[in-house]
Amino acid sequence: MVNQSISELLQTQVQQAVKNGHRLNIVGGGSKHFLGRQGQGATLNISQHRGIIEYDPHELVITARAGTPLQEIEHALADKQQMLAFEPPHFGEHATLGGTIAAGLSGPRRPYAGSARDFMLGCKVLNGKGEIMQFGGRVMKNVAGYDVSRLMTGAYGTLGVILELSLKVLPRPAASVTLFNECSEADAILFMSGLLSKALPVDACCYYKGQSYVRLSGSKQSVVDAQKKLLGERLNQRSHFWQRLREHELSFFNRDKPLWRILVKPTTPTLAIDGEWLLDWGGAQRWLYSDADAADIRKIVQQYNGHATLFRNGDRHDVFQPLAAPMQLLQQRIKTSFDPDNVFNPGRMYAEI
Amino acid sequence: MTGEAPKPTPTEQLIQAFQQLLPDEAVLTDTEDLRPFECDGLSVYRRLPMVVVLPETVEQVQAIMRLCFAAKVPVVARGAGTGLSGGALPLEDGVLLSLAKFKQILDIDPQNAMATVQPGVRNLAISDAAAAHGLYYAPDPSSQIACTIGGNVAENSGGVHCLKYGLTVHNILQLKIVTVDGELLTIGSETLDSPGYDLLALMTGSEGMLGIFVEITVKLLAKPERAQVVLAAFDDVTKAGEAVGEIIAAGIIPAGLEMMDKLAIQAAEDFAHACYPRDAEAILLCELDGSNAEVSEQIMTVHKVLKQSGATEVRTAKDEAERQLFWKGRKSAFPAVGRISPDYYCMDGTIPRRQLPKVLRFMSELSNEYGLAVANVFHAGDGNLHPLILFDANTPGELQRTEEFGRRILEFCVEVGGTITGEHGVGMEKIDQMCVQFQSAELSQFHAIKKAFDPENLLNPGKAVPTLHRCAEFGAMHVHNGQLAHPELERF
Repeated sequence: MVNQSISELLQTQVQQAVKNGHRLNIVGGGSKHFLGRQGQGATLNISQHRGIIEYDPHELVITARAGTPLQEIEHALADKQQMLAFEPPHFGEHATLGGTIAAGLSGPRRPYAGSARDFMLGCKVLNGKGEIMQFGGRVMKNVAGYDVSRLMTGAYGTLGVILELSLKVLPRPAASVTLFNECSEADAILFMSGLLSKALPVDACCYYKGQSYVRLSGSKQSVVDAQKKLLGERLNQRSHFWQRLREHELSFFNRDKPLWRILVKPTTPTLAIDGEWLLDWGGAQRWLYSDADAADIRKIVQQYNGHATLFRNGDRHDVFQPLAAPMQLLQQRIKTSFDPDNVFNPGRMYAEI
Repeated sequence: MTGEAPKPTPTEQLIQAFQQLLPDEAVLTDTEDLRPFECDGLSVYRRLPMVVVLPETVEQVQAIMRLCFAAKVPVVARGAGTGLSGGALPLEDGVLLSLAKFKQILDIDPQNAMATVQPGVRNLAISDAAAAHGLYYAPDPSSQIACTIGGNVAENSGGVHCLKYGLTVHNILQLKIVTVDGELLTIGSETLDSPGYDLLALMTGSEGMLGIFVEITVKLLAKPERAQVVLAAFDDVTKAGEAVGEIIAAGIIPAGLEMMDKLAIQAAEDFAHACYPRDAEAILLCELDGSNAEVSEQIMTVHKVLKQSGATEVRTAKDEAERQLFWKGRKSAFPAVGRISPDYYCMDGTIPRRQLPKVLRFMSELSNEYGLAVANVFHAGDGNLHPLILFDANTPGELQRTEEFGRRILEFCVEVGGTITGEHGVGMEKIDQMCVQFQSAELSQFHAIKKAFDPENLLNPGKAVPTLHRCAEFGAMHVHNGQLAHPELERF
């Protein structure tokens, strides 16, 4: 009942903003305010719209309100030996489920298990006319209508306010071991991409400070057997290495320079950009601290069909890789189809949307 | 006075323009040439198109779209035509654009575990080409020998391995599309995500309504070290359904988890001799894959769980030949049912798994009510039902009764928290059931999205998303006929 009235309140706030021509800046726990371009408009706080609505471990689905703290979701799942398999970064203790999906971020397991959008099954959203709409559902397979739920993932709230969402969850692996091994960056790139065609239970892989790290997860015996096929020493589990990588808490991330997130194919060789590098996602997601010119960075990355996002610090005007003109126009039309008066998070992704 | 030749009609002009663009044999207008394109896998809907074009280059597709856009003529794209919802049903006044000539595998990149292919490449051909590198393409719809990857993307096809490996949307990276006005656009990228909105997900399953796919980059996976299948028999369908939940609650995600009921078991057994227990009320096939050790451990757990759930018999395939045999029975269930009945109608709803007993009871009641038998095959792991309604199209009125029966099953799926289509798409077939699944705000949003891509409504118009007007009529008719499912239930 209380949550019902909160969603009605949010709906009223949106309807009034539309009526008065105001802009709304959607906020959950505020943990991801540093991402994207600067938020504009009056705050639309969704953090009180919280709580798990339904979770049945047999169904592998959790449904919760968008303002539910991510921690609460993860504790509920852990109680039943399940997890959000895309290992979302929190970037702060107040992170909400809605913000996690709106930012569309995924952690180290992403290349092997899938991304935030891959686990998205359905959502209830408020559009820019103040209407409540429901897409997808609480089932694994659903091809009725366009896949709006996945479109909402990573849209930075520019298409609507996510009120509720359903995610697929998975069992936690019974065992997990990380091996680390000294090697050059070039060797690491070869090694990590090579793992993609090997039938090994790899579920995370990165290269940092002259060492490659591989996490193996699965049944106990399966992890023991896989270890024998790879070089390297066992990492102490208590170091929480992957969690610190996911949360940007490794010492590597202790810098004030602009931090770039660079997405390339795993086999892409070392890029000729000055700065400090950390290769995650088996080489497919590369973190770079660099003072190099943004246009130069993007130009080099584009030569490899990749794209670069200014993740932290620096000039927050051009954060995401610019889109080619026809694509930009199409994305603008999609934005308008959801939010004709440009109420939600204007300019958070691109100046135009 | 010499009479001028009559001015060609706009249709004739368009066909002439196609003939200038394409070789003679790639523009079909004779009725007998159009006939093979009159329907897809759902052959109860048939219609001849105005013209069929068979381009073989992206530039030709662009030119065709520019011509159609200028002439405001609708276009229906078609792959192998194996779809089961009438999505590729032609329009009488429209162009049928076949992508059958786009058959090339452009690149297999084993280091990055991806393949770039043309849309007319068959699903299974991708895995065949990747096999030399120890890789495969995971989604495996039952029509995978024939269906094309372009159609798979348009329908977001599934298969028996979805629970563990996902649908088409989880296994593609990049699409090149030709827009309604002939522009070539790249959607997604070779990297794991792309700047801007996730249009890749939006395009997948869009049923040819948003663009024409001309190139697809798919993700490849390493072939698991071992795959093994366990067969369990039950004397009660409900127990089998509960066993599915228990396997998953035990922390196991099977590579495939299929269920068949008695009628399906017997038909499959007569057809494929798969060593199924004929007297069982239901069987489960549970495939486990992964490392040798993982599969061994999981087989033990699954055996235990199945016994505890009341299985009357649990068997592990003793070798690869027996594993293939167990699957042969399941994969031939549709043709097997086709042998015991003149016709059958395959439905495709998805439900939360715990609702299975309720839905099965409902279907059995309807089966009595309509006097039509139902065989059930079920992607049990992900709740995707495929009831096969047995009927005889030669008996007057029986097809109509079958369709009505089917509609009521789908509407009940929505009522228990599921959906009208898990993997076959809406197409022509389930367009009225979209009115049951969605309210007008959502339907209006779908139309607005379509408009962002296709302002003149020329791409596969009339499919997948009903107009609000159609839903209003459907709703009126629906209540009038007293068809509202389960009036005894409270409605909110």
